[in-house]
Parts: sequence; structure tokens; C-alpha cells
Amino acid sequence: MSDFTSNFWSIYVAGITIIGIVGCGLLLWITSRKKVEATADNTTGHVWDEDLTEMNNPMPRWWMWLFVLTIVFGFGYLVAYPGLGAFKGQLGWTQLGEYQQEVEKANTELQPLYARFASMTTEDMAKDPAAMAIGERLFMNNCAQCHGSDARGSKGFPSLADGDWLHGGMPDDIRKTIHDGRVGVMPPMAAAVGSPEDVRNVAQYVLSLSGSPHDSLRASLGKSKFAACAACHGMDGKGNAALGAPNLTDDIWLHGWGEAAITAMINNGKTNEMPAQAGKLTDAQINVLTAYVWGLSHKAGASR
Amino acid sequence: MKPAEDRPRKVIPITPVAAESQQPETVSLYEAQKKIYPRSISGVFARWRWAMVFLTQLVFYGLPWLEWGQRQMVLFDLGARRFYIFGLVLYPQDFIYLTGLLIISALSLFLFTAVAGRLWCGFACPQTVYTEIFMWIEHKIEGDRSARMRLDNGAWTFEKIWKKSLKQVIWIAVAFWTGFTFVGYFVPIRELGGELLVLHGSWQIFWVFFYGFATYGNAGYLREQVCKYMCPYARFQSAMFDKDTLIVTYDPERGEPRGPRTKSVDYKAKGLGDCIDCTLCVQVCPTGIDIRNGLQYECIGCGLCVDACDTVMDKMKYPRGLIRFSTQNGVKNHWTQSQMLKRVLRPRVLFYTSVLVVLCIGMLASLVVRTPLKVDVVRDRAALSRIVAGGKLENIYRLQIMNATEGAQRYVISARGLPGLEVASESEVDIGPADSRWVAVRLQIPYGSAPPGSHTVYFDIQAQGNKGQVAEKSVFLVPR
Repeated sequence: MSDFTSNFWSIYVAGITIIGIVGCGLLLWITSRKKVEATADNTTGHVWDEDLTEMNNPMPRWWMWLFVLTIVFGFGYLVAYPGLGAFKGQLGWTQLGEYQQEVEKANTELQPLYARFASMTTEDMAKDPAAMAIGERLFMNNCAQCHGSDARGSKGFPSLADGDWLHGGMPDDIRKTIHDGRVGVMPPMAAAVGSPEDVRNVAQYVLSLSGSPHDSLRASLGKSKFAACAACHGMDGKGNAALGAPNLTDDIWLHGWGEAAITAMINNGKTNEMPAQAGKLTDAQINVLTAYVWGLSHKAGASR
Repeated sequence: MKPAEDRPRKVIPITPVAAESQQPETVSLYEAQKKIYPRSISGVFARWRWAMVFLTQLVFYGLPWLEWGQRQMVLFDLGARRFYIFGLVLYPQDFIYLTGLLIISALSLFLFTAVAGRLWCGFACPQTVYTEIFMWIEHKIEGDRSARMRLDNGAWTFEKIWKKSLKQVIWIAVAFWTGFTFVGYFVPIRELGGELLVLHGSWQIFWVFFYGFATYGNAGYLREQVCKYMCPYARFQSAMFDKDTLIVTYDPERGEPRGPRTKSVDYKAKGLGDCIDCTLCVQVCPTGIDIRNGLQYECIGCGLCVDACDTVMDKMKYPRGLIRFSTQNGVKNHWTQSQMLKRVLRPRVLFYTSVLVVLCIGMLASLVVRTPLKVDVVRDRAALSRIVAGGKLENIYRLQIMNATEGAQRYVISARGLPGLEVASESEVDIGPADSRWVAVRLQIPYGSAPPGSHTVYFDIQAQGNKGQVAEKSVFLVPR
């Protein structure tokens, strides 16, 4: 996209730039040709407050040449780099290009660092202190914002350290989650379940599944209505990793515990997204990160 | 406001001073650099200058080669952001020490300048020191002042070519070595040579040549131009002078009227002063001024003219000190040295000294009691707090633990500030030598044991084996 809405502004900016530089050159040229009368006492002849005289300490000539040098540099720069209105410069330099170059360079430099891990299994990496140190830093910089520095998450952001997995906890599942991201969708189910009373009953039934304190009368009433939920969560409520449907029987409450939280979820539904990291992290980085995340719930395997 | 007529109006007339010269000479607005050919001289101050050259350059060229245990003794590792100075490992977080050092340096400059003028300029400034070295090389190859002038003005004979070439070769070699040494403070100097040979590390190469080129240009060509036009210290040091500051002075009362004379004639009878107008003081001056015109901003206080004049006075069998280090009050009031020395203890000097002493003691004390362990605490912002199994309320923190020792350390993390507060995550962390690590720490209190709101808590990080302890403040949030 052009930086200017009309070509006039490009010419306007370029014009002012050129006039400015040429003006500086002109000023230097005029002053370098001008001769003044020297006084014997080395003053400019100006006296203020009766006895304050201004000394004549001229600027050295080499200093003037520095100015000339900056003008030459300025023109060279404007030819080579973008700066003169919309002119792109002869070198074709762009901010984005420079950024991409640096990323590429950094990735090339990092390659040997990760090369060692390419042939290792996730389990072995989780035991390797060097891999885990890298993984920890990657996690702190890229994952901790949502999942917390300790990876135990918070409301809406799953804990990665509890051995409970929405989309599967095998290394390949974790790698896919990081690489492609995940979207978990709980549709609003109020209409399918029935009346608001039915929704409350189902909520009490869901609470009963994990042995949480619940109203057993309502729970037993809600059991039949749970059929609407079973398509995803299963008849036994143990969830389905293929769909990302959470296990409701394990007393882990990603979106809040209690009747109010559950009825809200049934009534409103929720779309929860884990963004894909493929563009941000290289495959080698994702590989190490996978091992780190896997290691969080397999502490025996990790050496620290 | 009173009417203006009440007060006489002050008029500031701007009047041109009448030009004294008969035929007005026209000059350019820019001054051409006149090359200065300082004559070499020996004497007390010349020896001091050389002593300072040796002292400063021994430190500069030698220090990077010294080892401390397994590493370079002084190394500022910018890439890893670790700064090794003797036994110290400093982190960027220790920036305050650099600030302290710079303040101490500035105050020392004020103090020295107030007492004895531009001592720094004349004896210790790298510009002075390298100019001295480069001039010495020039002197050894091309000869003294008159020989150099003759050589420069003469045609390009074979002699001129080889002398100039040899000078350039040695200058460039010294400049290159200076650049190499400079970079050796930032990357291990023992590996730098090999890296340069295989052209590895473009930044190292750039800085070796950049610093080398700056040395070559400043010491070989710009010389006094740096002091006259570029150096800010040169200008503001004059503001720290007073009438009791030791400066290089010419005693006009004794010297004037100047004039040549033969030794046999009684010059006093002829009405002449002690100055024989030999202009040696002008010839030896590295900034090319005539000290007999009084204190000038170009004077760097090196005292070479004092040496020159003393030599002449000795030859003439006159007393020394026609040009000497003295104070303006001293010259005016004919004070003896002890009278001038007494004036050293004046308020400005005492003030600088006391502030300097306090700062030095403070800095030294802070370095001595410094714990080689640093901790930064960052509270997780994504999750303010959470309720976890066992009826506990949990907050999460990230602790950056920085090991500023050169051995691996184990640190024990504990927390205090709330009843029942405990560290739920691993409380022992191992960190490698001069390494730092972010550690996620979970703090828990029993649910309901503290009122809702923000509570101040403290982390105590203890290095095992009594290697120091650090307490860091943070907050624990209890939700409503």
C-alpha cells in the first residue's frame, strides 16, 4: 500500500528534502567564499555592556568539509534507501525485508542448537536438561501469557500440568495442538435440554458425575436430559478427545465449578481457541516445546 | 508599573572597536588548520607526561591479557550481558555501579581542575597520551621540529618518501593494536586474533578498525583540533577555574619588556625583562599557543613551556620560574608556594573532596557487602489467583534468579507475609555459574485465611551454604 493518498505529497516531501539539502550546500558555499576584515585584537568588533567583546574564533575549515561530507552522504543515502517521498531507493531495502532477513539468520544460527534434538524422542528430550532449559524459555515467552508461568492455567485456559487432556496427551497430539492450534466449541444447548428447570437438573447431574456436592433429586431428574450432551461428552460423561469434549467426571473445571457456571455454559455455550503457533515457532522449536509440555505431567521422566 | 520617565533608560551601545591595523587584511570565515610542529623538550613535566603515558598504556594494553581463574580478568561480555571485573560478575542490573563510577570520575575531574587546572588534559587524557606516542614516533623518524618542517616543505625526495612511509606503517600498526586491544575488552582477546585471521565476526573486525582509525586520525592528524573544537570537557573545565587554581602562567612583571640580548650585557640596565624572546615556549607547545599572552582556552596545562623556559633560564643563569605553575592570585600578589598551598583548602575544594570521599566509601562499601545473587519477581497477570485442590488459594509468580557467582548454586525459595503462606512449587533451584533462570513459583494460603484484597508478601531466596540471601517484595491477591 502506498504511504500517500495522492502523488502530490510524495513530490511535496521530496521537494522539501531536496531544497533543504541544496540550501545547506548553498549556505556552505556562500560562507566559504565570504571574506571578512580581520582585526588585530582578534575580536569581531562587537562590544556589549561597555566591555564585553566578542572574540573571533572561526570554525576550522575541516569542520566545514564534514558538513560537505554529510551532504554527500545524504544524497547517497537518498539514492540507496527510501526517503525521498515515495521513491523506494536503489537497494530495495524495506523494514519488513530486514526483519525477515534477521529472523532467517537467527533461525539458521539456531539450527545447530536444535539439530541434536531432532533425532530424540519426546520422552528422551524430557529427560535432557538442555532441552528442558530451552523448552522452559520457549514456554515462558510464548505460552505463559495464557497458561500461566507454571502451566497450570486459569479459568478458560487449561492446565497443562495435571495429566488431563482435552485433545489428547500423547506427544503427537500435543505437537499438533501447538502447531495447528485447537478450537473447542460448546454449542448453546438450552433448547435441546429443555426448560430452565431441566437445565438446572442437568447441571446437578453433571456435578454428580465427579462426585461433587450436588442435589441428588435434581441429579436423578437430570440424568435422562443428559442424553442431549452425550453426543459429545459420551453417555458416561467421560468426554471425547477427538472432539475436544472435556471429561465431566474428573472434577477439573476449566470454565468454573458449581451450578451457576454449568447452567451458564449449557445456556450460552462457549468457543475456546488455542491459536496455532506454526507461523511463530519453527518445527524444531515446537518439537522441544512439545517435550517440555509433555514433561510437565510426567515429572518422573524429567530430571529437574 | 511606574512611568518609564522616572528611570533613566539604560542604553547598551554596540560600537565597533576601531581597527588598529593600517591595511585591513581579509580572511575566510573558516580557519585553515595550521600544522603544529612541537619541539621536543625534556624536563620535569615532560617526564611526568611520559610516566603517565607508560602508566595508562600499561594498564590499557596489558589488562585484557591477564587471567582470573579460567577466564579473562576484565571482560565486558556484551552478548551474554555479563561483566567480569576481577572477582566480580556484574549483571546489567548492576548499572548503578557504572553510574557511581561516572559520578566519581566527574567529581574527580572537578576536584583536580579546581586545584590544579587541566591536569587531566595535560597528562592523562587518551587524546594527549596517544598524540604523545604518535609524535614520538614522528620525532624518531622525521627528526625534531625544524627537520620536520623542512621535510614537509621540501620536494618528494626518496628520503621524504621512505620517512613518511615508515611513519605511516608504524602509526597504522600502533593504531591497529590499540583497536585490537579495545575490542579485547569485549570479546576474549586471546581468541580475537585467530578470529580476525579467518575473518570471523564482522562486528569485531568493524570495531577493531573503527577504533584503530579513530586513534590514527585523532593522534596523527587532528591532535590539538580535538581539544580546541571537539572536546566539551576542555571548555567547561575553564568554568571550574578560580583565581586560586594552579595554572601555567607567565610572569609578565618579571619578563617584560622581552627582547633578545647577549649574555655579557647588563640587560637590566637596558630596561629589559627576563624574557629573552627565544619563543621556545611557543615552539614546544602542543597546541601552538603563546603562553605569554596569558591564560587561553587552548592551554591544556601540560607544562612543557615551563620545562622549555626553565632550560633557557638555567642557560642564562636567571632564576627559574618565569613560566611556572602558579595561581592568578599568586602571580598578582607575589605569593610564595606555601601561601598558594594554603589557598588550596578553600570551600569549593573541600566540598568536592568531601562529596568524593563519601561517594567512594559508599561505592566501596556497597561492593564489599554486595550479595552475589539477584532476584526479580514478576507476578503472573493472566491469572490473578486461583482456587486449587485442598481448599487453597494460589497466586503465581515468576522469579528471575541471577547467580552472580562463578560456581553452580542451589537456591532455596521461601515466602512470608501472610498466615499459612507456603511455596507449593519446587522450592529448590539449581542455577549454573553466572547464569540466570526464570522460575515459576506458586504461593498458596488456606482459602479464607486472608481478607480479600492485595497483601504484601516477601520472597526470601537463600543461596545454600550461606552464600547470601535476598528478600524481594511482591503482592498476593485474594479475590472477593
